[in-house]
Amino acid sequence: MNILVCLKQVPAKDATLRISDDSAWVREADIGFEVNEPDAFALEAGLQLKEKFGGEVVVVTLGPERVRQAIKEALAKGADRALHVQDDKFYQLDPLQMAAALAGAVKGEKFDLLLTGLQSDDHGFGQTGVLLAELLGLPHATIIMEIQVQDGRLRVKRELEAGWFQWVEMPLPAVLTIQSGINKPRYASLKGIMAAKKKEIRGLERSTVLPADARPTQQTKRIYVPEKTKKTELLTGTVKEAAGKLLEKLRHEARILS
Amino acid sequence: MAKILVIAEQQQGKLHRQSWEALAAGQQLGEKLGQPVAVALAGKELAALAKELAAKKVEGVWTLEHDLLARYTPDGYALAFRQLVEKLQPSYVVLPHTYQVRDFAPKLAASLQRGLISDCIGFRVEGNVPVFVRLMFQGKTNADTVFAGEPPWFVTVQAGAFRADAVVAGSAAAAVQKFDVALEAGEIRTKAEEPFREAKQAVDLSQAEIIVAVGRGIKEAQNIELARKLASLLGGEIAASRPICDEGWLPMERQVGSSGQTVAPKLYLALGISGAIQHVVGMKGSRTVVAINKDANAPIFEVADYGIVGDLFEVVPALIAELEKASS
Repeated sequence: MNILVCLKQVPAKDATLRISDDSAWVREADIGFEVNEPDAFALEAGLQLKEKFGGEVVVVTLGPERVRQAIKEALAKGADRALHVQDDKFYQLDPLQMAAALAGAVKGEKFDLLLTGLQSDDHGFGQTGVLLAELLGLPHATIIMEIQVQDGRLRVKRELEAGWFQWVEMPLPAVLTIQSGINKPRYASLKGIMAAKKKEIRGLERSTVLPADARPTQQTKRIYVPEKTKKTELLTGTVKEAAGKLLEKLRHEARILS
Repeated sequence: MAKILVIAEQQQGKLHRQSWEALAAGQQLGEKLGQPVAVALAGKELAALAKELAAKKVEGVWTLEHDLLARYTPDGYALAFRQLVEKLQPSYVVLPHTYQVRDFAPKLAASLQRGLISDCIGFRVEGNVPVFVRLMFQGKTNADTVFAGEPPWFVTVQAGAFRADAVVAGSAAAAVQKFDVALEAGEIRTKAEEPFREAKQAVDLSQAEIIVAVGRGIKEAQNIELARKLASLLGGEIAASRPICDEGWLPMERQVGSSGQTVAPKLYLALGISGAIQHVVGMKGSRTVVAINKDANAPIFEVADYGIVGDLFEVVPALIAELEKASS
């Protein structure tokens, strides 16, 4: 079973972000980066399927030089090779262009299963997997909590809202977007880290994978830190007084309690 | 004439609550741009739900009924709505950012070579051009986003960003029209089984009007009882931030945040929750937020309307005592 995992490297969760001077992105020099959390679960899902069914796991990523770190981690965990669409201005691409670039990067390859995280912690569009499926003409399912492969068909458990789930069956090849918590992502072993050094990372230029006619459908004009719109009223005094004041506010000011 | 199309969502004969929020967003966009709003719904046996929608201020209601739409599939929905969009040629298509919409809307837009601005929290109109505001970096920043190229332009709105009760009622019932969908069984590649719940008594937090949520500050599983008692006195549901559910102290379906539920109750009472953005994105649409936390610098106070800086193990018993006094 040949599996593609789309990985994105995003600012670390605890990073204090500063907006770049052109308001188009954040100042990358100031912060650390990590693999987008749902993508780490997607990679683990891919590695587990490979262990069960054989085949190879290929990772693809889009971004500047720094994303090689995320690629190396994936190779150290057991991915077999990687594709890196080199693009310092990746953040200017809209979701459809990003998906088109990924689709272009895997042109000519044959995968049975393509995995992505359900959304990225930076842009947060939550569209890449579904768009990739549409562009490649493949069926898909999103927010997946379990994967079964039976007789060349896929049976997956989708998370719906409010505690509901649903099993969905489809033919391979297919695209799945993976929910955090589907598995326990492994750590790279020392042996894995050593082996990763010999694995192939193929660099591709954006211009060679993104069709020239893939025009943007949307544009992020400006990124900014939102102004605080709420004014917090702190209730003080003894604990009893503060509790009394709060209930008073909820009854007569917010009019929530009767 | 240019118009706005709102795609509503229904499941098992009930309109999804966020359908109303999307309709409110569509009406407000229509008001600003001087365009009428039509609303569409897919499934089977939709007459009753269509009537509910037709009571609102809309130009018309389109129902897309087909055996192959009885149970949701991304192929079925994307193909069906594509046919309607091609017929109506709307300027904007507005959808609620639900799990189901996330599953088919990008495909629908891409099948028409159009873009989708997802998970918007609002918009403003500059000139005659709407600028949509969405969150990036897990809510640490906002992003002003505009469409490029030709309409139709697709946009999804975040849960709680628009108020369902802001939907404007119509002066008379709007016309309900059936739209004939051409679908073949062979076009639907996924086979969806019956939805199910794992928990015996799963809770739909998105429907709760009052939520009492606990975070790391609750310290031990047994202390959740205290929060539960407060929730019960307030007539609310109990919820938690991710670490509490990861520990197994409360079931996953009670988790609020980016990897759990998005809620927008009238009252959200956060006990010992620091307010990491992964949590805040799931509850910031709440009408009134109360934070009780020992740490005066906790980010939860950034989104709170009322705050008490103090030990929850002192404050919550005091609240319980006051509520019991009031009810006796």
